[in-house]
Amino acid sequence: MISKITRIGNGQGFWGDSIDAPIQLLKNGNIDYLTLDYLAEVTMSIMQRQKLKNPDAGYAKDFVEMIESSLNIIKENSVKIISNAGGVNPKSCSEKLVQVANKLGHKLKIGIIEGDDIFDKIDQFISQGVTFENLETGESFDRIREKVTSANVYINSFPIAEALELGAEIVLAGRVSDPGLVLGPTIYEFGWVKENINRLASGTLAGHVLECGAQCTGGNYSKWWKVPDLANIGYPIVEINSTGDFIITKQDQSGGLVNRETVCEQILYEMGNPQKYISPDVCVDFTSFELEDLGHNRVHISNVKGFKETDTYKVAISYFAGYKASGQLTISGPDAMEKAKKTAEIIWERLKNANCVYEDTQTEFLGVNSCHKDIVDISKNINEVVLRLGVKDKNKEKVNRFGKELAPVITNGPPGITGFSGGRPKAQPIVAYWPTLIPKNLIKTTVSIIKTEKG
Amino acid sequence: MLIELKQIANARSGDKGPSSNVGILFKNKEIYQWAKRNITVELIKNHFKSIAKGEIIRYELDNIFALNFILGDSLGGGGSETLINDAQGKTHGQAMLLLKLDVPNHLI
Repeated sequence: MISKITRIGNGQGFWGDSIDAPIQLLKNGNIDYLTLDYLAEVTMSIMQRQKLKNPDAGYAKDFVEMIESSLNIIKENSVKIISNAGGVNPKSCSEKLVQVANKLGHKLKIGIIEGDDIFDKIDQFISQGVTFENLETGESFDRIREKVTSANVYINSFPIAEALELGAEIVLAGRVSDPGLVLGPTIYEFGWVKENINRLASGTLAGHVLECGAQCTGGNYSKWWKVPDLANIGYPIVEINSTGDFIITKQDQSGGLVNRETVCEQILYEMGNPQKYISPDVCVDFTSFELEDLGHNRVHISNVKGFKETDTYKVAISYFAGYKASGQLTISGPDAMEKAKKTAEIIWERLKNANCVYEDTQTEFLGVNSCHKDIVDISKNINEVVLRLGVKDKNKEKVNRFGKELAPVITNGPPGITGFSGGRPKAQPIVAYWPTLIPKNLIKTTVSIIKTEKG
Repeated sequence: MLIELKQIANARSGDKGPSSNVGILFKNKEIYQWAKRNITVELIKNHFKSIAKGEIIRYELDNIFALNFILGDSLGGGGSETLINDAQGKTHGQAMLLLKLDVPNHLI
């Protein structure tokens, strides 16, 4: 008997990833599900601000455009879409999708997952005893309480499965975990339950490998020169079966490379303690599994072990933390590095003379050592340097004053300074990240279905 | 023989709050076993002394022949608060590959 295999692709690793990748996967991927990640830590805060201005906003508009351009092929190939594009307003996003479906003459069922957005419930939870202290530093939440701009719980993956059970063709969530976009449909396909700890761990690992798109198919690969046709890199597909064992591959007729190294590099990406990878559904032991390179862009992973989920969900809170600005000047040789150092020195002295002392400043020499500091010494005989300066402060005026001090050095500093275009750098608000925890029993998620009239 | 890590391994880095992680993937089991004994926290602390201001933590993944290092406080604050160009430590993996090592010839 051949056991059932589900094929899940990921066409969007982060907000701003390739706009062609989802279309390629839909056309040539032969997939059952397409997952699309549109959220980053700061995205929620941007969306919350949009929603405050306009109650119908607060989701990833790119996603609606993507669906509009590809709904015909989605229907034709019966691919289900799983995305966190709902942001802080999945309802409004789904209404837009219904309009799109009506316009194109398609029936459509959309599953909406809510309950992750706790921005309006923070006081309620505090009164119930939640402290929201910083998970990494242990700092008290009081320091930032008045500056909070968004608060979202990384919820588990079972609501995604529930939406699919209700017939959703597009599942629209907000802040689910990134691997959950893959785990959710897997739970649905194979009827996994909370007790299937190793299977949930396996689905989570599969989601982790896929979550950054082409980073497991040859993107960001140490041996980049070995990757065939990087320009047409294929996005990843997982073939998973009911035991949880899976094969990582990519769409046929695409560039890129799937082998032991490209997959393992991605497994190591953003890793903490490998024996304790905590997701909302399960804890995964990344030292447990077996990996076999099958050749032909196929890597098999089996025997993933997990252990029981924790009692808490992770919460991503964002808060306003002042302003920052940065700007760049290009400085040519001879003596590029010496002139760059002198230029930085006089800019900082002039700002000090104008009573502008900042909470934090940064001076970097791009092309010399901004990335690797003193690990490699190449500062001799550098013929051009990009000087990058940055400041941070609560005082917006002071930050804007910095932006006015760069251009003058082109005429009143050392010779051979150029590359100052795009206007003066302006103060940008800093949206800082505050990771914390909340007991799982306080969070109630809901699943609802919205459909076209004809649906 | 004196070599750079890139001759026997791959690396990938990313951010973990105000710190970064660098995973090192070794070519095969023999090289991994040698690396486990020789690529110590002290060695990495010294290599990244101008970048990592905090604690260095090392983890081992015997199943895929990999080591994972956490470079504490290496992102100038991290997230959106940092002023540095490489805000997420994307280039720390490449810096790791420049690590100089004296490796027995039969392993290379």
